[in-house]
Amino acid sequence: MAKPTEFRVDVEKALGKTEIRAHFRKAMDTLMINRRNQFPDDAALQALRTQAQAIRANALSKLPELLQQLETNLIKNGVQVHWAETTDEANQIVLGIMQKHNAKSIIKGKSMVSEEMGLNHFLEERGIEALESDLGEFIIQLDGETPSHIIMPAIHKSKEQISALFHEKFPDIPYTDNVDELTASARRILRDKFYAAPVGLSGVNFAVAETGTLCLVENEGNGRMSTTIPPVHIAVTGIEKVVEKLSDIPSLLSILPRSATGQPITTYFNMISGPRKPDEKDGPTEVHLVLLDNGRSRIYSDPELLATLRCIRCGACINHCPVYVRIGGHSYGTVYPGPIGTILEPQKSGLSVHGELIQASSLCGACGEVCPVRIPIPNIINRLRYDSVRKDTENTPTQEAGTRRKSLEAATWKAWSWAASTPSVYNFGSKTATQLRGLVPNNLGAWTSVRSAPKLAEQTLHQQLKTLGVDHE
Amino acid sequence: MKPESIYFFGTCLIDLIYPKAGVSAVQLLQREGVKVIYPQAQTCCGQPAWNSGYRNEARKVARAQIQLFPKNIPIVIPSGSCAGMMKTHYPELFKGEPDEADALKVANRVYELTEFLVDVLKVQLQDLGQAVEVAVHTSCSARREMGVADKIEQLLGQLSNVDVKEQAYKAECCGFGGTFAVKQPEISAAMVTDKTQHIRATGAAQLVSQDCGCLMNISGAFAYQAEHEGKSAPKAQHIAEFLWERTHG
Ligand code: SF4
Repeated sequence: MAKPTEFRVDVEKALGKTEIRAHFRKAMDTLMINRRNQFPDDAALQALRTQAQAIRANALSKLPELLQQLETNLIKNGVQVHWAETTDEANQIVLGIMQKHNAKSIIKGKSMVSEEMGLNHFLEERGIEALESDLGEFIIQLDGETPSHIIMPAIHKSKEQISALFHEKFPDIPYTDNVDELTASARRILRDKFYAAPVGLSGVNFAVAETGTLCLVENEGNGRMSTTIPPVHIAVTGIEKVVEKLSDIPSLLSILPRSATGQPITTYFNMISGPRKPDEKDGPTEVHLVLLDNGRSRIYSDPELLATLRCIRCGACINHCPVYVRIGGHSYGTVYPGPIGTILEPQKSGLSVHGELIQASSLCGACGEVCPVRIPIPNIINRLRYDSVRKDTENTPTQEAGTRRKSLEAATWKAWSWAASTPSVYNFGSKTATQLRGLVPNNLGAWTSVRSAPKLAEQTLHQQLKTLGVDHE
Repeated sequence: MKPESIYFFGTCLIDLIYPKAGVSAVQLLQREGVKVIYPQAQTCCGQPAWNSGYRNEARKVARAQIQLFPKNIPIVIPSGSCAGMMKTHYPELFKGEPDEADALKVANRVYELTEFLVDVLKVQLQDLGQAVEVAVHTSCSARREMGVADKIEQLLGQLSNVDVKEQAYKAECCGFGGTFAVKQPEISAAMVTDKTQHIRATGAAQLVSQDCGCLMNISGAFAYQAEHEGKSAPKAQHIAEFLWERTHG
């Protein structure tokens, strides 16, 4: 078992200079405003959330059957289906397909599951070039970074930083900080790569069991190109992404981009239903789907934690999180940052590795309030806090449950519960405390680094209301 | 319909640090002709342990509270956070326990104070105070768990001499979050520092809230900044105390 990691963030350093922090805050503010503008009518929003929640909950309630149905229909459509329990298995499957085609490079549309797999690194170690074609992913790949956001991977970078990066990596291209020109350069560089790459990779937003259709939401067209130009297309996704019917898609498609970027709809919506047919002129000749578990079926086994899998990866919880906006995505040290990462990562990899993340929440509830599928994120954080210190670890599927129980902390809560459930002890204690209030130190560690220490009252409310003769039957 | 009597649950924070808020709340309720019952055996709703993952310990304390409210009358709580604990989390905490039904009976009768004053008692307030500009901080639990975000403004709207100033990022958390302030002190500090800046920028002389946890956090930061950075410190008060001070003859 890994040693429990600590999660402490130096806010001053996390996002760098003050200007960058201000830029980051502004970016998040814009996303929040854009989302709000998409939902002027709260009743309509709530109705849509209810629909989206129901669609995802329905899919999860029949997950095993739907996955079978999905596989059957995909095979009927000519798609090759692979199952991976671990990220390592998923990587090996991708590698196997590449080797079969003797492919030395792969062009990628955006896929968080491939980040989860650490696919780029895995392939590069084996001499295969993995090139990101989503603009944000392209930028961070140039800089050797990982995504700091699930839908806007380079959101932590300012325009100036990106200009400097392009200039450094492509000295032949004249320096510019014009966003359109930068985008055009990236486009030109990528265009050739699309035609040269033997294999394209993508994620999946929704996999429709009824028809065996893989749906892909994107804005740049690179997703369409990654999935149609190279002769082989590999899609990777988590097993939870399945939905039952094609008629489930419109509601989800209506709420996803509006929650995510505040767009009414994305520029591209791809529905992939198999490889090129004999009479068709384009499209890949081979399509593969890799379905990754990586802890998801463990989450699935718990009725409370299950809600985590409703997620449609819109990122709204991240955009609205007061913690994320102050520390940025990389501080989390995880693939998925922000509130969704806070609940998903410790469930995926156990409480040892990322268990401390669950303390990085004030439980303000901003995430749950905007989640399009109403995942009760604060409740799940609370449940994971319970799992991290509980003794009956056999009653939860969470790995390494109970390992964060510290004896001093546990003893303190025990003593507290005894005092606070025994009125005579509580009243004696509170009265004594107020009488001795002059002794309360002014230095309360972390609390008093930016705040004055609170002062106990001269007399408790119990005493004052008794004196005032308030009834106490 | 206006109830004849109610139970008052004062919360441990008010008991120990802000009793004046509790006394003011009781006085506001009594003035409406409601008999207030304050069970002296009450302690804490159990939330600190609940939010720290110590569910058994939380339940032990909660169990001692649910026995204190046998009559079928409202339970009024001057805190969105403790009200939220009893109303939304007791049902989870007691799920499958022998006294689940008792916990549900308590949960169903819980009201946050400002919600009760506005929706149930429909109070009519008369302002006797000087002109003042006030900023409002609604706690996250009042806003999102209890859904009573607009009640303070409704009450202040009745006071002719009170001008409500709205701060930027009004709906954002102040960074208290109970143990969060201790376990993630840097992030919490960054949040409360921003919060105080936004409130101070309104120029309001006074801040009110329905939750003493937020008040302790924000006013503690105000006091610290006044002492160490020479900045102004708006007066921070629980809404009950503010209302009582301005409206009693
Ligand atoms: S948890 Fe909800 S808000 Fe967050 S990414 Fe998933 S669907 Fe979106």
